[in-house]
Amino acid sequence: MMTEVKASMAGNMWKIVVKEGDTVDAGQDVAILESMKMEIPIATEEAGTVKEIKVNEGDFINEGDVIAIIE
Amino acid sequence: MINKILIANRGEIASRIIRTCKKMNINTVAVFSEADEYAPYVKLSDENYLLGASQVNESYLNIDKIIQIAKKANVCAIHPGYGFMSENSQFAAKCKQEDIIFIGPDTDILSKMGDKIIARKLMSKFGVPVIPGMDEAVADVESAIEAANQIGFPVMLKASAGGGGVGMQVVNNESELETAFENNSKRAATFFGDGSMFIEKLLENARHVEVQVLADEFGNAIHLFDRECSIQRRNQKVIEEAPAIFLSEQVREEMGEVSVNAVKQLGYTNAGTIEYLVDEQENFYFLEMNTRIQVEHPITEEITGIDLVEQQINIASGKKLDVTQSEIKKTGHSIEARIYAEDPKTFFPSPGKIVVYEEPVNDYIRIESSVKKDSNVTPFYDPMISKLIVYGRSREEAISRLKEALLNYRIEGIKTNIPMLLEVINHEQFIVGNTPTSFVKQYF
Repeated sequence: MMTEVKASMAGNMWKIVVKEGDTVDAGQDVAILESMKMEIPIATEEAGTVKEIKVNEGDFINEGDVIAIIE
Repeated sequence: MINKILIANRGEIASRIIRTCKKMNINTVAVFSEADEYAPYVKLSDENYLLGASQVNESYLNIDKIIQIAKKANVCAIHPGYGFMSENSQFAAKCKQEDIIFIGPDTDILSKMGDKIIARKLMSKFGVPVIPGMDEAVADVESAIEAANQIGFPVMLKASAGGGGVGMQVVNNESELETAFENNSKRAATFFGDGSMFIEKLLENARHVEVQVLADEFGNAIHLFDRECSIQRRNQKVIEEAPAIFLSEQVREEMGEVSVNAVKQLGYTNAGTIEYLVDEQENFYFLEMNTRIQVEHPITEEITGIDLVEQQINIASGKKLDVTQSEIKKTGHSIEARIYAEDPKTFFPSPGKIVVYEEPVNDYIRIESSVKKDSNVTPFYDPMISKLIVYGRSREEAISRLKEALLNYRIEGIKTNIPMLLEVINHEQFIVGNTPTSFVKQYF
């Protein structure tokens, strides 16, 4: 099963805290977004392996953009 | 004579500055990013220019672009407001180079006060008490641990070049310090281009009290009493009051005198604020100096009747202060509540479109707002959308008026912190004035 981890709001991608191939638990942070001068952690809802990271640090992210794909 | 000013800022402070300019018959130039095209302040100005894309680097932090517009519009002066360019010595130097008046202190003062370590050393030299801590910044975690052990945990870790709560954290032990140092140092390097950190003793149950000063180019300096800003979340102010609660008149006078004396010795000009932490015994310690107009300046205006922006412009024009210390009187009590577009429980920002917007109206209510109905709160800037300021003859009256005003402030379409603000002012510890800076952490 594949799950898309999406940005809950728009902002700048400050830090990606996992890499492709990592195993993650449900609720674990995948990336940290910076929006309105605040750090917003983006977590995966499902456990699995990080298949792909779709963004780079420093990118501007819109609400709903896919950050990573978990398998 | 200044007859045309560019406001290098956005939102409520831009509107606020334009209002005083109109009163003084000064023409105004607004600058805006794509996201702010329909913002109320743009309409209020006499002329306005697009800076660029919404992100701050392309707009409000773009020095060259701002200077270019200032020259094109042929302005005499630039008012930087707060945040953005207001404490940027490079920007102030560039203005000077182009023969444009920067409404604020000298470039040299900006860089000195912008470096927390230098500021601390200077203030200490000028007789201002400082918090026990390091005299030098550290670049690595080992030195930080050594220093923290010498000072004694708990300590406050701060970015040397920091501001606005960024790069700041309370640290209780060595292992916390290791993680905190790495994170905050990296953040500070990203935000301020300088990752060096320093450590101070954490003062427990302290309050945040700040003294407003004004100084002209002729060596005259005065203070306009104090403000208490202890109600903070994420190290950022939420509710401010003037005058400070529970400060004895003797200590109030002493803080004013110490501040004015430091400002004179520093050779400071224009409006400024010296921030202090005050402990339970009313000992006060220097925290930092803000070399600009503050977000919470209206509460000082309310209790003194002085227009601080007008004073800033007059000082920048080379005029002598038109008031003396003995002429500055305070009456009553004023409170400001910052309205943030954020979740009232998690404090996470809540951008979006405002579909209902109705402000409370009364002669004791003053609102400084960035938005109107149908405004979009974008993710690019600070989440503060409005400031609600009330005046009362007593603190009790000010609190009850603030409560009524908050209940009548209708903002829909985005989440705001209004429910949280109401909870704070209804809290029995707030009502009795028991407000250390840990208030929000402790009760929310």
